[in-house]
Amino acid sequence: MKVQQPKKIRRATPAKKKTAAGQPADKHILRLFVAGATARSRQAILRVRELCASELQELCELEVIDIYQQPALARDNQIVATPTLIIEFPPPLRRFIGNLTNITGLFVELDLVRKVKINA
Amino acid sequence: MKKNGFQSSAPKTLLPKCPTGIQGLDEITGGGLPRGRPTLVCGGAGCGKTLLAAEFLVRGAVQFDEPGVLMAFEETEKELTANVASLGFDLAGLVRRKKIVIDYVHIERSEVQESGEYDLEGLFVRLGHAIDSIGAKRVVLDTLEVLFASLPNEAILRSELRRLFRWLKDKGVTAVITAERGRESLTRHGLEEYVSDCVILLDHRVNDQIATRHLRVVKYRGALHGTNEFPFLIGDEGISVLPITSLALNHKVSGERIATGIPRLDAMLGGKGFFRGSSILLTGTPGTGKTIVSANFAQAAARRGERVLFFSFEESPDQIIRNMQSIGLRLEPLVKRGLLRFHSARPSLYGLEMHLATMFKEITTFKPHVVIIDPITSLMDCGTNSENKGMITRLIDHLKAGQITSLFTSLTQGGHALQQSEAAMSSLMDSWLLLQDYEGNGERNRVLYVLKARGMAHSNQIREFLISDRGIDLVDAYIGPSGVLTGSARAAQGALENAAVLAAQQEAAQLKREVERKREAIERQISGLRADYETEAQELRRIAEQVGTSTLMLTSERTASGILRQADAKTVVHPRSRARNGKVHS
Repeated sequence: MKVQQPKKIRRATPAKKKTAAGQPADKHILRLFVAGATARSRQAILRVRELCASELQELCELEVIDIYQQPALARDNQIVATPTLIIEFPPPLRRFIGNLTNITGLFVELDLVRKVKINA
Repeated sequence: MKKNGFQSSAPKTLLPKCPTGIQGLDEITGGGLPRGRPTLVCGGAGCGKTLLAAEFLVRGAVQFDEPGVLMAFEETEKELTANVASLGFDLAGLVRRKKIVIDYVHIERSEVQESGEYDLEGLFVRLGHAIDSIGAKRVVLDTLEVLFASLPNEAILRSELRRLFRWLKDKGVTAVITAERGRESLTRHGLEEYVSDCVILLDHRVNDQIATRHLRVVKYRGALHGTNEFPFLIGDEGISVLPITSLALNHKVSGERIATGIPRLDAMLGGKGFFRGSSILLTGTPGTGKTIVSANFAQAAARRGERVLFFSFEESPDQIIRNMQSIGLRLEPLVKRGLLRFHSARPSLYGLEMHLATMFKEITTFKPHVVIIDPITSLMDCGTNSENKGMITRLIDHLKAGQITSLFTSLTQGGHALQQSEAAMSSLMDSWLLLQDYEGNGERNRVLYVLKARGMAHSNQIREFLISDRGIDLVDAYIGPSGVLTGSARAAQGALENAAVLAAQQEAAQLKREVERKREAIERQISGLRADYETEAQELRRIAEQVGTSTLMLTSERTASGILRQADAKTVVHPRSRARNGKVHS
């Protein structure tokens, strides 16, 4: 596991390098992979956006990728299930699969919410 | 029941098949896997599921120009490439030439958290993208079941898998899905529920410390297939399944006869030896000279300029060459000229199938005219009875198809069980020679019978089999009122007979001498009697003369006295009176 984790981060190097170099340390990079404009996709996108706006604000960088449009990215990011939300930064890498019905709880679990509040 | 339905239907309803290119598998399945449908390959750990799937893909790309996608859930591209490289497959090269796409699917369970509903569209998209990028016709999913361990919601997974197989069918790709063997069901997660067109079961069993892989087509919807369990092996050229019954009995036969290297044996076999391309069994108890007969046969063939392949499972080539030297058989020059090749291997080195495959390979490369297997029995210790019979059937079929004469030696433990134990094998053989020990008078002597020789008149006689430093010689055994005699008993009997003849001769001579003596005695007797007779006859003559003289004198006296008395009676001198007088006197 310890061996594989850095590998995975390295796979997402372009994004990470950029952030590591010029962005503040508490910057969050999220990637959401969806498959087409299904109800599930929409739900997931809406919930992530909502949360980013309310909790992380400008510290959140969210990228939404439709794998129908960019199937190669699905392979590169090891996407199996959709929707998948990947939290690329800060480490460790986390994946949430599903339409994110209880995303707030998960954010709390990850200390994302509390951190923002302390900063604020 | 499936068979009847299959035969009555017209050939046009035949399921289109996708040849795998795997040796033997296409024979069993009647042409390959069902085209455009998924096939499930299940089996326990280490029985070759991934290799079978990989070979299906590689052969498709190389031999049938059908590009393929390998979706690997367990091994990375690098690992897979290295693993199949041992079978001589250049996976990396095929990937470079865009014949094969490898997509390694990896889900790190610790990274993943489930949150709400999801589907596996990501997998579909990746697969679809890979298929479309090279126009793939074949797909391998190895091993899909890993998903069960990585994704928490089994209900979603199951419905998505059902959708996946439907989707694969709609895509028209021939798919191979590997799955781990379950305890009670075919697969651990019941994948056979979704893949119902063709199910192949692989199995790796250890029998008597020898591991053998088996393949069985459990199910093949809409097609006739071999239902048996077939041994298969993974060699350096991929998988080869050994279907025992796939070959029909329709090989061509030759009328040509070849000499055995032992003139008297040729004489016993209708004067010409064995048929070319026939199978010969040579059974015998230990030390009866089986290897020697084989070596003789090998030498005779090689001297005719034929190639001979000698499989030895007991002795090393050098040992055979040395031992044969002792009876005047020089094999080394033949080996040097490339006419004779030895292949020695310990029977327990590997399983029966591996032996068979190795032998096939040797036969294919060397292209021999004569194959000798010495002894087949030690090879048979590797497998069960039915396996052995299957193996020999397959071997003989293979050899006969190539018109290769084969000689099998078989070691038996003596006694009456001999012919029973060979019953299974002997029915496959065209000729059967039996070498036996004859024990008696404190010695053992070798004898040889021809038990069977299909298609030729052969001798039913026992022959004594002599091994000397000049080679093999067959001599007639003594068969007389006191039974069959061999060795010194035969010699002793010969001496006895000679003595008897001598005695008879002497007796006759004696008799002859006696007769001769008798004849001489008789002759002597005859001459004695003759002498007596002669004397008597002489006497008689003398008396007659006397009488004559006296009569004459008497007559002359009477005449003189008559003259004196002047008698007139001249008639006195009459022959009759003279005779009468004479008679009176005598």
